[in-house]
Amino acid sequence: MTTSETNGAINCEISGETNSKTNGENTGQEHRAGTPGTPGTPGAPAMRTALPWSRLRAPRATRTNAIHPGAWWIWALGLGTAASRTTNPLLLALLVGVAGYVVAARRTEAPWARSYGAFVKLALAVLGIRLAFAVLLGSPIPGTHTLVTLPELPLPDWAQGIRVGGRVTAEGLVFALYDGLKLATLLICVGAANALANPARLLKSLPGALYEAGVAVVVALTFAPNLIADVQRLRAARRLRGRPDHGLRGLLQVGLPVLEGALERSVALAAAMDARGYGRSAEVPAGVRRTTAALTLGGLVGVCAGTYGLLTAEGGTYGLPVLLTGLAASLGGLWLGGRRSLRTRYRPDSWGVRAWLVAGSGAAVAALIVLYASTDAYAYAALHPGVVPLIAPTLPLWPAAAILLGLLPAFVAPAPAPAPALSDIRTTVKEPS
Amino acid sequence: MIRFEDVSVTYDGAPEPTVRDIELTVPEGELVLLVGPSGVGKSTLLGAVSGLVPHFTGGTLRGRVTVAGRDTRTHRPRELADVVGTVGQDPLSHFVTDTVEDELAYGMESLGLAPDVMRRRVEETLDLLGLADLRDRPISTLSGGQQQRVAIGSVLTPHPEVLVLDEPTSALDPAAAEEVLAVLQRLVHDLGTTVLMAEHRLERVVQYADRVALLTSPGAPLLLGTPAEVMAVSPVYPPVVALGRLDGWTPLPLTVRDARRRAGDLRNRLRALPYEGPGAPGPVPAPPVGATAPARRPRLFRRRPPGTPVTTAHPAVVTGLAVRRGRTEVLHDVTLSVAPGETVALMGRNGAGKSTLLSALVGLVPPSAGSVRVGGLQPHRTAPGDLIRHVGLVPQEPRDLLYADTVAGECAAADSDAGAGAGTCRALVSELLPGIADDTHPRDLSEGQRLTLALAVVLTARPPLILLDEPTRGLDYAAKSRLVTLLRALAAEGHAIVLATHDVELAAELSHRVVILADGEPVADGPTAEVVVASPSFAPQVTKILSPQKWLTVSQVREALNASGPAAGGARS
Repeated sequence: MTTSETNGAINCEISGETNSKTNGENTGQEHRAGTPGTPGTPGAPAMRTALPWSRLRAPRATRTNAIHPGAWWIWALGLGTAASRTTNPLLLALLVGVAGYVVAARRTEAPWARSYGAFVKLALAVLGIRLAFAVLLGSPIPGTHTLVTLPELPLPDWAQGIRVGGRVTAEGLVFALYDGLKLATLLICVGAANALANPARLLKSLPGALYEAGVAVVVALTFAPNLIADVQRLRAARRLRGRPDHGLRGLLQVGLPVLEGALERSVALAAAMDARGYGRSAEVPAGVRRTTAALTLGGLVGVCAGTYGLLTAEGGTYGLPVLLTGLAASLGGLWLGGRRSLRTRYRPDSWGVRAWLVAGSGAAVAALIVLYASTDAYAYAALHPGVVPLIAPTLPLWPAAAILLGLLPAFVAPAPAPAPALSDIRTTVKEPS
Repeated sequence: MIRFEDVSVTYDGAPEPTVRDIELTVPEGELVLLVGPSGVGKSTLLGAVSGLVPHFTGGTLRGRVTVAGRDTRTHRPRELADVVGTVGQDPLSHFVTDTVEDELAYGMESLGLAPDVMRRRVEETLDLLGLADLRDRPISTLSGGQQQRVAIGSVLTPHPEVLVLDEPTSALDPAAAEEVLAVLQRLVHDLGTTVLMAEHRLERVVQYADRVALLTSPGAPLLLGTPAEVMAVSPVYPPVVALGRLDGWTPLPLTVRDARRRAGDLRNRLRALPYEGPGAPGPVPAPPVGATAPARRPRLFRRRPPGTPVTTAHPAVVTGLAVRRGRTEVLHDVTLSVAPGETVALMGRNGAGKSTLLSALVGLVPPSAGSVRVGGLQPHRTAPGDLIRHVGLVPQEPRDLLYADTVAGECAAADSDAGAGAGTCRALVSELLPGIADDTHPRDLSEGQRLTLALAVVLTARPPLILLDEPTRGLDYAAKSRLVTLLRALAAEGHAIVLATHDVELAAELSHRVVILADGEPVADGPTAEVVVASPSFAPQVTKILSPQKWLTVSQVREALNASGPAAGGARS
């Protein structure tokens, strides 16, 4: 950019004062956060002489000290891994509690943060469906405590092995409950990651060659909320026409206008993106282009062959090397492909000490539970309380302590500015203009 | 900087070119205002600068458009992105990312600017547009004015040499519009940015323009000149120009300041004349002031004998109303009652709660405290079918109200919704919008026609209370004066009308009473003349020119002058 320097200089003059103030604030917070310098704020000397304990407390969340979204996903997947290794309802409840506490303490008021409520509802629905199936279709678990006997549906011979109705045993129900709880916990962990990490920023971490595709995905993701807002607006408008504004018929009748509107908006957005430089690409020599294509394609073939080799018995020797070579070739292709892209990144999230702590706490929970499960038979039993015979599950001390490690982000991650109220899950509507 | 050489644009399937033989050269650092009635091809011309016409819209462009030496024929819009910044009419369809700061950075990221440059420019732009407090806010939670500022900021950050703006201030309140225009002024003066802008609200922008380009009708040649020259012949002009034309001032004044210096004589003449307010509120209001009201009442308004109030009680009574959205209180302790035949203008900055108050009156949002009574009913507890007989709202986007794919279908649906006799709505449409064919798609109507169709649909149920949310957005002066005529006739008929608007000229022209909301609380409530005269940002241009006298509109002045004798004749319709 030839004009950037001169223009920038003039603009600095216009608003230099406020600009330097803002930078100063950010620098201060960054030092309290203990993260290494980001590109935007060149390392100014720390002027604060704060007490040690206040230096350790989590700072106010700003964009500068935002935890890398990848760290939140590692933390959540760590909790999820732990959940997948146990059916102990007490441990699972503890995991849900840990995830819920961290979400409550560190969630912002951004729209994506509201998805947590939806995930909790989904988890409850999954649990309910699992239990309903256990009641209706019976359970393979042999049980002696019959709770109720439903009328059994007589089925023809070819449907042998399927049972509808019949005895409902306490053992079967408890087994289904444990099983469903495990699935529900997994969903809640994913929901927590969704609520804590901005999905758009996660896509910013993609390699350059995939960035354009990433933007397309983000735009597609915003399509759904816009569609829902349109439906709400048009259903409200139905009320103005004197028609009932709820019910299925109302929803169907606004369908066509909503889709028309969505299509129009997509076209307008595509025009705006084009006018703002989406899809600009740098000229690269034909050689580089061909190399990129060869590396990417060859790499992908290598990955496929390598995976096949690893999974089949015969290919044990060549599987791993081919897989690794293929992987390296595709990564090289991606890197070379990135040279076509002119894009730069605005304030990418940095991976600082706090991100390490967040990711590390999740990884530690997963690792400790997996380790504990493999120690001996007693440990395995503690993680998987028996259902035949029915016994009350006990809380094994060490796994519980390990899970509590997952609470660490609630203390080290930067706190959102006003403490979010737990009850504020309801979707707020756009401010009127 | 921008050069149109013999440009004609024909869209696919159109029999004639939308714009024809356009010759226009905009030198660097100039602010050119493109004016003209709706539908003359202003947006097409603007689109041709950024290359979106014809690369994106299709159609055939003859001639040559060059921007900063680049021919749009060989450069696609994305290759012009570093020299042209474009903001369309609807800011919401412009946003790619979800937060303010990312949106400001998006264009720069596409162009591949260095991270430290991007960071600096985002901070500068946040300050320039007063967005610093909103930097982390999701865009979907911003008010319309804030969104407009973000949209402008997002094209400013790559420092384009040319800015193309399509109606940048029509969604904004007067103060926010001034802010945006001040920013444009600063860009033009300090950075030498070239600006090409189309705007209907000339009273806001005409004094900032270096030159004005006028398109009088589709396919007409472009008339280019200084603002004063063009305003003298333009079919669209702001009130300050209307007053100048009325009194025969040359050269025409463009700013309130210029006009005040010329208006001494006019003020003296007017001082002697009796002041007549814009109609007193009451069950049977005085006939509206303007001669623009039709002498012969249209058939629709004669059905009921004039003077018979629609209802004897107040159609709307709001006491101590509070509305909460999430944890924010959008309205707080609002008390308001509207009498039959009264027109009330709700004003206030973007996000002050005007639309929410209208929504509460039609029961779209329940009150969290206080009460709302519309014709004695609680709107949010009333079945929609009953409610439309008491209150009708024309929303900000009238298209939301229209579902059918033909005007006839829309009318049939409206009749059955309202339980009115077949043909009621169609008769209304024929009265209000003569010459609209039955099989026209509502989407093909102009903004003004669509608004009128929505109004006809609402009127089918004959509600005594009519609410309009931002009715003049996107309307040209002609459509606006038709709307004013129409609403005056309705008020004379006994309908109570509540308008939420940023358009001070409309409020002055139409309303008996003005209520100003600020942060959800009414801060002023009184007769239009008193409220707007007391407030510099809500005063219409005529009031500013003729203060301390309380004249509000040009038609009012013309009436008074005509009544006093053949002193001056105006040509304003």
